[in-house]
Amino acid sequence: MSESRGARAVFIAIATVFFLFFLLLPLLVVFVEALREGVSQYWAAISEPDTLAAIRLTLLTAIVVVPINTLFGIAAAWAVTKFNFVGKNLLITLIDVPFSVSPVIGGMLFVLLFGLPGLLGPWLAAQDIKIIFAVPGVIIATLFVTLPFVARELIPLMQKQGSDQEEAALMLGASGLQTFLRITLPNIKWGLLYGVLLCNGRAIGEFGAVAVVSGHIMGLTNTMPLHVEVLYNDFNFVASFAVASLLVMMAFATLVLKTALEARAAWKLPALP
Amino acid sequence: MKNLTKRFERQSVLDRINLQIHDKEFIGLLGPSGSGKTTLLRILAGLELADAGAVEIAGRDSRTLSLEERRIGFVFQHYALFNHMTVFQNVAFGLQVKPRHARKSPAEIARRVRELLGLVQLKMFEDRFPAQLSGGQRQRVALARMLAIEPKVLLLDEPFGALDAKVRVELRRSLREIHDSAGLTTVFVTHDQEEALDLADRVAIMNRGVIEQVGTPLEVYEAPKSPFVFDFLGHTNSFDCVVRGGKAYVGDNELPLDKTIRDGPAVAFVRPHDVLLTRADDRQGSTGTRLPGTALVRFISALGQRAITELLYERRLIEVEMTRQSLQELKLRVGSKCTISLRHARIYARQEAEEQTRVAERAAVRPRKRRRLRDHLPTLR
Repeated sequence: MSESRGARAVFIAIATVFFLFFLLLPLLVVFVEALREGVSQYWAAISEPDTLAAIRLTLLTAIVVVPINTLFGIAAAWAVTKFNFVGKNLLITLIDVPFSVSPVIGGMLFVLLFGLPGLLGPWLAAQDIKIIFAVPGVIIATLFVTLPFVARELIPLMQKQGSDQEEAALMLGASGLQTFLRITLPNIKWGLLYGVLLCNGRAIGEFGAVAVVSGHIMGLTNTMPLHVEVLYNDFNFVASFAVASLLVMMAFATLVLKTALEARAAWKLPALP
Repeated sequence: MKNLTKRFERQSVLDRINLQIHDKEFIGLLGPSGSGKTTLLRILAGLELADAGAVEIAGRDSRTLSLEERRIGFVFQHYALFNHMTVFQNVAFGLQVKPRHARKSPAEIARRVRELLGLVQLKMFEDRFPAQLSGGQRQRVALARMLAIEPKVLLLDEPFGALDAKVRVELRRSLREIHDSAGLTTVFVTHDQEEALDLADRVAIMNRGVIEQVGTPLEVYEAPKSPFVFDFLGHTNSFDCVVRGGKAYVGDNELPLDKTIRDGPAVAFVRPHDVLLTRADDRQGSTGTRLPGTALVRFISALGQRAITELLYERRLIEVEMTRQSLQELKLRVGSKCTISLRHARIYARQEAEEQTRVAERAAVRPRKRRRLRDHLPTLR
């Protein structure tokens, strides 16, 4: 290395300070605050009925949203990379809209669409279907925000792979389904899993869009991130940080899983020359 | 194939292609990149649809035939092996995806796969992944995988394109053997004229979406119908000449014409081995039509039995091929002067030649460019 010792020390120091103050310390604070009044208080905070309801709602949202967006992502990536059609570039651009629009705006859109004064509001009210300030609203908003993850992960991957292998499979007599299951899916599985994990992480953690549509009804439409805010605003710091610590642990689990997958992918697939 | 036309974005890639391929024939589609040969092959395979015209197999429109009935095996340019499967699994794929009633038992499939791997000499490699194989081995896997479905028609897209020269020639032979022993009808695409002429029963030379000429390798090489075909099949020397009263002249000397050409400026195309040299002080002359003036030797390369001499004649570079022995007898060296005679010249109208080849570009003297392998194409006679 050509850098002088001094320069190297400065860079390392800057990186270390950043890491400590902006990553490690805040995370530690979450746990320290959560456990400030002991494990029993922590436990009591988590097992409180409204908190349990928030955990259930968040998990339900993830369980509904992730499979739907996985299917959508695969279908969109497949369509975009294996076929040519009118409006293809428009579709690619539209997939990115949830990334480029502020989540709050995303939530607003659904209020304007499904809310009482909104476009479909009166009709929905007549049918006695509640979407805004109800669980379906939370799920729809989360769907919107996490829509791009899987597709975005798969499109570059599938573009790189081209459709030679699929065409070869078809020429060998495989049906479309066989080709997808035996050729396409194995080729994209690591990218797909990665996209699913990212999608899952965001589905659990989404705040902005959900905040707008949920209405913060305790025990009914409060997700974990919203619940953290509610508790914090009530000066219930221990409970607030306890729920936050759960979210942190979920995020950690996601990261560990992702790292493990990447390591496995690197080991399993020898690099192409 | 009948009047096959394919357009991409309003640009015609294939224009009314007509080609009849006989049973058990080995056909080479030869052409420069962008000539439409790969598109044509993909249409034959059913991977692409023609905008007009039809592909008929044994008198039936191929679109009405199922994949089973068509029995076409396709080998992709980069083989398109399934990277996540072993060699064995790759070859077995076509047998495993058959509908249940037509599928053989796993034991039978395994036996058949091993048999095919034996045929392409890859028995030792059945547990390897494609990434662990060399280019030639991958190509053989692709061949075995395709043979597994017992095709009647074999389509190969640049089968040897990604291989080095030595492996190419070996694989060429084994492909021909497989074709002959399995009684296949084979169509392959290549831009390498040596490969096409060496391997195929008939060659179809394509240029800008049309077939310029179809014939046996000897026919197309000896009697190229157009300047493009002549130029594409080997190194081409061009000489200005003129057609008057149905006869072609260089200076005052007449060049034999094999067909009638309109009066006017023309170009004589001559292969390097059909240019004959005599020393400038030698009044004897030789066979062929003697050109006025002398040429200057600029470069001599003698490798093995063949010698290539490059001369400057009327501001054009001329390449001459002869045996090393003849070169020694001529006692030529760089800077010597000599006279040129031509035999087997093919005369084309100047305009036609300029449209189809880069004859005008060649007229200017440029620094020596790197020799291409195809310039050393052994003569076919």
